[in-house]
Amino acid sequence: MTPAAPEISRAPRWLHLLLSDYFSLILTVLLVAIFAPFTPGLLSRANLLNIFSYLLPLLIVAIGLTLVMITGGIDLSVTAIVAVASVVGGSLMTAGHQPAFIGVATMLLVGLLIGAANGAMITALHLPAFIVTLASMMFVSGFAVWFTQSRNIDQLPPAFLQIGQTLLISTAVTATLALVVRFLLQKTVYGRWLYATGQNPVTARVSGVPVRSMTFAAYVASGFCAALASVIMTGRLETASPVLGREMLLDVIGATVIGGISLFGGKGKIAWTFFGVPFLVALDNVLNLLNLSQFAITITKGSGILLAATLDALRTRFGFRQS
Amino acid sequence: MSAPFVEFVGIEKAFFGVPILRGISFDLPAGGALGLVGENGAGKSTLMNIFGGNLAPDRGHMRLAGREYTPATPRDAERNGVAFIHQELNLFPNLSIGENLFLTRFPSQRGTSLIDYSRLNELTVKLLEEVGLAALPGQSVETLSTGERQLVEIAKALSTDARVIIFDEPTTSLSRSETERLFALIARLRPRGIAFIYISHTLADVFQLCQQIVVLRDGAVVGDGPAHSFTESKLISLMVGREINRLFPERNPTSRLAEPLLQVRGLSCCGKLQDISLTIHRGEIVGLAGLMGAGRSELARSIFGLDPRTSGEVILNDRRLKPLNPRAAIRNGAAFLTENRGSEGLCLQLSVADNLSLACLPRHSRPVLKRLNFETLRAAVERIRAVVRVDSKASNEQPVRTLSGGNQQKIVLGKWLLNEPRVLLLDEPTRGIDVGAKSEIYRLILDLAAKGNGILLISSEIEELIGLCDRILVLSRGRIVREFARDQFHREEILRAALGSAAPA
Repeated sequence: MTPAAPEISRAPRWLHLLLSDYFSLILTVLLVAIFAPFTPGLLSRANLLNIFSYLLPLLIVAIGLTLVMITGGIDLSVTAIVAVASVVGGSLMTAGHQPAFIGVATMLLVGLLIGAANGAMITALHLPAFIVTLASMMFVSGFAVWFTQSRNIDQLPPAFLQIGQTLLISTAVTATLALVVRFLLQKTVYGRWLYATGQNPVTARVSGVPVRSMTFAAYVASGFCAALASVIMTGRLETASPVLGREMLLDVIGATVIGGISLFGGKGKIAWTFFGVPFLVALDNVLNLLNLSQFAITITKGSGILLAATLDALRTRFGFRQS
Repeated sequence: MSAPFVEFVGIEKAFFGVPILRGISFDLPAGGALGLVGENGAGKSTLMNIFGGNLAPDRGHMRLAGREYTPATPRDAERNGVAFIHQELNLFPNLSIGENLFLTRFPSQRGTSLIDYSRLNELTVKLLEEVGLAALPGQSVETLSTGERQLVEIAKALSTDARVIIFDEPTTSLSRSETERLFALIARLRPRGIAFIYISHTLADVFQLCQQIVVLRDGAVVGDGPAHSFTESKLISLMVGREINRLFPERNPTSRLAEPLLQVRGLSCCGKLQDISLTIHRGEIVGLAGLMGAGRSELARSIFGLDPRTSGEVILNDRRLKPLNPRAAIRNGAAFLTENRGSEGLCLQLSVADNLSLACLPRHSRPVLKRLNFETLRAAVERIRAVVRVDSKASNEQPVRTLSGGNQQKIVLGKWLLNEPRVLLLDEPTRGIDVGAKSEIYRLILDLAAKGNGILLISSEIEELIGLCDRILVLSRGRIVREFARDQFHREEILRAALGSAAPA
């Protein structure tokens, strides 16, 4: 996964930087440093808090997606899961009069189940992940709208809102998740198996790696992460909405790619995702503060993602050429 | 006979200093049919690769219709009227017959780049008539049988005005009637002056079809003459007549302990294997000989649980495997070095250390959460690198795809040895690696057997089997047709057994 260390030291300095885990973090810092003088609001407390609270759920979803992408798959259903978990939990805690912890548990269960359904269809029926999760995105988000008759649900219990609104709690949840996943990926057999599955599923299977179970588990984890993000987002907005997170999908995929997670599988670290997401969020925020039109913002973000993909290709080429 | 149409004069070729072709000379006349026979590795395919413009000879030259012929690329060869019909046909199954025939030069409508389909159909119909294939031009190739697809290939060759057509093992997947039809077509085309070079292990077919036979052995022509001057047994002894190479260390047959490590009973698999039973004992190396397509790899895959079986059972270390899958096989002490090391043996972009440790990870983990024990894992990787002698210049972090074939193969072997297997299934363990690495792998195989492991060795080189094995089983059309004990090893007999039932009675 990481290129040979002695080889890098021989490479030019800019290449060194390009190959570094911190590449997108450096980009983010540069971006903020360059634009801070032109956008007075950028470093204001209110703006930073705003960025941060959008960042957390995005990070959580991206962590789940990273696991799927390491297996060489994709999960397009994550934002639909955010929405459906939101409204199922919301209605249970309002119309169903259930306490917050039942609501949260149900939301997470919904995520796990949808992830399991995705994983089962992909591993047992050998359907392409793109199609399965696209179909499940449409199905699930359609269900969310039908379930609520397109209405938002408010009057959620205060204990539930706490999770999303207390920055300390939501930060702790995100950090814990990231550390747990990082531990699993780097320190356990499961992590090695996941990378091998993405690198070459045939070799992995011949070598005794439970390829199907690993793939299945990645989608279950992705569903769980999406539902967890839904808990935080729903709490922060004080409303369960059937269209929650709708505009988030491309940001999540874009952010992981910017971080350097390969769409071809077998490569990627939680750190990369962790640094890729802030870059995209910061870029979005800067462009907003510059009062650009929504079109211009979308175009710029698109270019940013394309550039990141190009960098990834370069990185791969140089990374593997050393011998 | 008439003047030579195709001439090979003193063709030599070496790879990495190892001579593969040592001065090949022969010729054939226009309209002739020449059978080219020889064991695997005799140099047939290298010679044909030179003829087809894939390789350049080190020395020697070729002439075609009296003119010097030096193809630089396969396209060059095609322009000169040389057509190849490979065992794996080069057709696009999803396209129609007509589209396949004219893929590189569609007839277009006047002044546009739109395909003129009515003209395409006309031309296709004519070609199909010539080869005697009753099919519609618009029919997609996937609806055709293998034999019919071969006819399409021949039609393609005719459409490019081929003057020489080379067949590589054309009949292995054909039924008898399809074979007859193919031979009739060839007989029809010869009077037009088209010359045929026919490469096959099925000697009966060669005798039926060819007037002239050339026998290759170790890159040299050891027989060349009219077909009627040969008999089948003379051909076989020409093909094999050679002392066993010194490459193999002395094999001391292990004391025959009747302790079975692997037992296979009545294994059948999807039409490719029929009722296979075999036993491998402690310390025994059992060879599996057979022609391409005889089912050797399928047998190993089936034992290891990679392919589904339709019936039969596999008993490893006294335990019956059920269900049969790679994980269960590995847990019970099996290891499988597959034929395709790049696509099934390695993760090419992962590092040397990651690849070596891939199969043994659970052994180096702690029970809770399967945390890796990096210390023991690193030590194990270092130890095994020394055992299989991976090039010491290669770092543990280096991606394996940057290593030579021999080092890659050692890594695959090392990966399995880290699991301390009892039974190793080795499918062509020395394919495509240099002589030095080969002899190191032989040494490893013998060491493993000496330590009491059981080994199933699949190889296309009979010599390798004779040099290493205690017993050789011959597989033909999915059945074990003969078994040889070490004191009965006889190259001709083994080859005859493998060929024997390849030609239907």
